Amino acid sequence: MDLNYTDEQKAFRDDVRAFLEAKLPKRLSDKVAGGKRLTKADYEEWHAILNEKGWLGVTWPKEHGGTGWDAVERHIFEEETTAAHAPRIVPFGLNMLGPVLMKFGSDAQKAHYLPRILNGDDWWCQGYSEPGAGSDLASVKTTAVRDGDHYIVNGQKTWTTLGQHANMIFCLVRTSKEGKRQEGISFLLIDMDIPGVEVRPIVLLDGEAEVNEVWFNDVKVPVENLVGEENKGWTYAKYLLTHERTNIAGVGFANAGLAALKRIAGLENDGDRKLIDNPFFAAKIAQVEIDLMAMATTNLRTIAAAAAGQAPGAESSMLKVKGTLIRQEINALTRQAAGPYAMPFVSEALDEGSNEGPVGPDYAMPATQAYFNNRKLSIYGGSNEVQRQIVSKMILEL
Amino acid sequence: MNFTLTEERQMLQDGLRRYLRDTVTPDLLEDATESASGHSETLWQGLAEMGVIGALFSEEDGGFGGAGFDIALTFEEMGRAGAFEPLLETGILAGGLIAALGSDEQKARIEAIIGGDILTYAHAEPGSRYDLSRVTTRAAKSGEGWTLTGLKSVVPHAPAATHAVVSARTSGAVADRDGLSLFLVPLDVTGLSARDYTVNGGGRAAELSLVDVDLPADALIGPEGGAFDAIETAHARATCAVCAEALGLMESIRALTTEYLQTRKQFGQPIGKFQALQHRMADVLIEIEQARSAVINLAGHLEADRTIRERHVSAAKNLIGRVGKLVVEESIQMHGGIGMTREYALAHLAKRLMMIDHRFGDADYHLERFIRLAAA
Ligand SMILES: Cc1cc2nc3c(=O)[nH]c(=O)nc-3n(C[C@H](O)[C@H](O)[C@H](O)COP(=O)(O)OP(=O)(O)OC[C@H]3O[C@@H](n4cnc5c(N)ncnc54)[C@H](O)[C@@H]3O)c2cc1C
Repeated sequence: MDLNYTDEQKAFRDDVRAFLEAKLPKRLSDKVAGGKRLTKADYEEWHAILNEKGWLGVTWPKEHGGTGWDAVERHIFEEETTAAHAPRIVPFGLNMLGPVLMKFGSDAQKAHYLPRILNGDDWWCQGYSEPGAGSDLASVKTTAVRDGDHYIVNGQKTWTTLGQHANMIFCLVRTSKEGKRQEGISFLLIDMDIPGVEVRPIVLLDGEAEVNEVWFNDVKVPVENLVGEENKGWTYAKYLLTHERTNIAGVGFANAGLAALKRIAGLENDGDRKLIDNPFFAAKIAQVEIDLMAMATTNLRTIAAAAAGQAPGAESSMLKVKGTLIRQEINALTRQAAGPYAMPFVSEALDEGSNEGPVGPDYAMPATQAYFNNRKLSIYGGSNEVQRQIVSKMILEL
Repeated sequence: MNFTLTEERQMLQDGLRRYLRDTVTPDLLEDATESASGHSETLWQGLAEMGVIGALFSEEDGGFGGAGFDIALTFEEMGRAGAFEPLLETGILAGGLIAALGSDEQKARIEAIIGGDILTYAHAEPGSRYDLSRVTTRAAKSGEGWTLTGLKSVVPHAPAATHAVVSARTSGAVADRDGLSLFLVPLDVTGLSARDYTVNGGGRAAELSLVDVDLPADALIGPEGGAFDAIETAHARATCAVCAEALGLMESIRALTTEYLQTRKQFGQPIGKFQALQHRMADVLIEIEQARSAVINLAGHLEADRTIRERHVSAAKNLIGRVGKLVVEESIQMHGGIGMTREYALAHLAKRLMMIDHRFGDADYHLERFIRLAAA
């Protein structure tokens, strides 16, 4: 047993640090650290910087222009970029669709779409969930009916993250009502500029329009946009979900959040002391830190197994549940630390260069925003209840 | 032992519940927050006409209530409706302090307050967090009157109010209990400026800056330097109010969540049929009953001796803080994505409930205080 990185891994980490030092624009890391609103252009700028270095396709093999990194290297990259407050890599094209196309896509699809994901020509969003199909994803109702060289698509997707920026959406659509529900689903790529596609924003608890409804009204999609075989979409969707769940523990985010929490608790007055010297609050910080230390190792154990060629199974469900609970607890403590200044809400202050400054300390409003926004962590990507169900079924065999 | 309300109180509760149910719509709340004053003139006038403000004052002060249970029932109903009118600031804090300490001339104002005049209360300061005696705003004698200088933070409903009861130090060091005085300050007075903004959970508040604000001698409310006990009592009553409001919010959230569990279907059945959710909802219910008892404890001891009263203040606020967080987080989680959307009624109620932990001391603050009070 050796808990340390090898010399090669340390050298790799130094490379990543040096790169971030040189190439991560301070403008962007300031926005991320300050909880400011990121624009589409901000994400695109960071993607382009990574792509230039060949580091955008973090999970991709070299033959498709990816890094070819193993699980440990990917972990190191994640750890370092979150610690440096880099914008997150928008996952839909890179971590979700990319791997599906590599495994199940046609040669033409790979040749067309993969480079466009890397160079930013396409912004993808994920069209899985529907109003009636959340945890029970197999009940998707959006239909795609074959009509000559096209599918005619009708229905509604919802919770489509950053769909307002996207020009492409990958969807689970119903192509058959026969047999088992899972066996009538297909995986279809849809150009959102085609007539009949409508995107409507949904405002979340924190006041931000981060997700959308996407409506399809007689949308004509060419048949070559079908991925793999008709009615086999469920298999591809499940394959994608295992990729969605890499990095699911969010240890990097938790570490960054914990550091911010300690900094804030060190600044907040609490009577004659600082909040961090309040034994009750210090105990809470310590508790979550202890959990996180163990969680980081649980995560590394899974990563080591993955690097050794073991496909992550129900372990990722474990990581999702514990990882999100830890992140949400850090968010709750940070909100609590902000004290009375957790209350003011000045939306404009989240925009870069706004004349409206924050009310109270600059960390206060983002703390409340992050607390409410990150309630989503235990809901999306398979809710924590669904994950517990998987753990009890697959690991405990109950 | 008797846990039923008196007939008068029951009537008030029933009437208020009906009125708020019919009046408070999502549109009304949205418009209130968007408006410059940050509240609803219609709702406020309606409350005044129903006598709801009067219920917060004793008979000798011109009202017809003012006891712990009057406060609790009123604010529970406000919470149930998710309403955010300047009732706490006007009736309990500013109004309550004028009633407790004011001269006869100052108390003459109470009639207008009961009729709908809006006041606010400016005590907390940028670095004071929840520390009741930490006041750096200074009031110095100047000629016949007073000159105030300092900053006051997160003053709720300042945009709607004409006056604020402002605390200032007339003597003593920064956290001394002695040396605190209260002043009635018109919000349009020279030297006072406000930056106002919306708050999470609805309504508006402001940062107040006072620079050499000149006030007449009769602006002083109560004894010079001797306001601390009255401030502490007012905060005890305010804590009772927000705890009861939290309870009302919890009840509405529970109703909404239960209904959702019964109607939302996944895997061919209502999600409320999943035992994993049943047990969690049962825990939510059990904890809300604890919250109700904590509010009753506090309301029933609000007129007791200080040591007993304050123990209940901290016990109730600690418990409400903990249960509030549980109710907020569990209700959002059990709703799934819908629970994250601002359009859905839960969003407003949940945010308002969570923000109550940021007023008058959070759960941890009161846990430590409870221990200290027990040791004393
Ligand atoms: C911010 C955000 C972003 C999202 N982004 C996307 C996106 O980009 N693309 C996309 O396709 N989807 C996205 N989603 C949707 C997300 O995947 C769903 O919200 C999620 O699958 C849960 O579905 P639901 O919201 O319909 O809740 P429901 O499935 O209705 O669940 C409601 C509650 O019931 C529980 N529950 C359900 N079934 C069971 C069971 N069998 N046992 C016990 N408990 C159960 C759930 O855990 C939850 O607590 C996003 C959601 C959010 C909130």
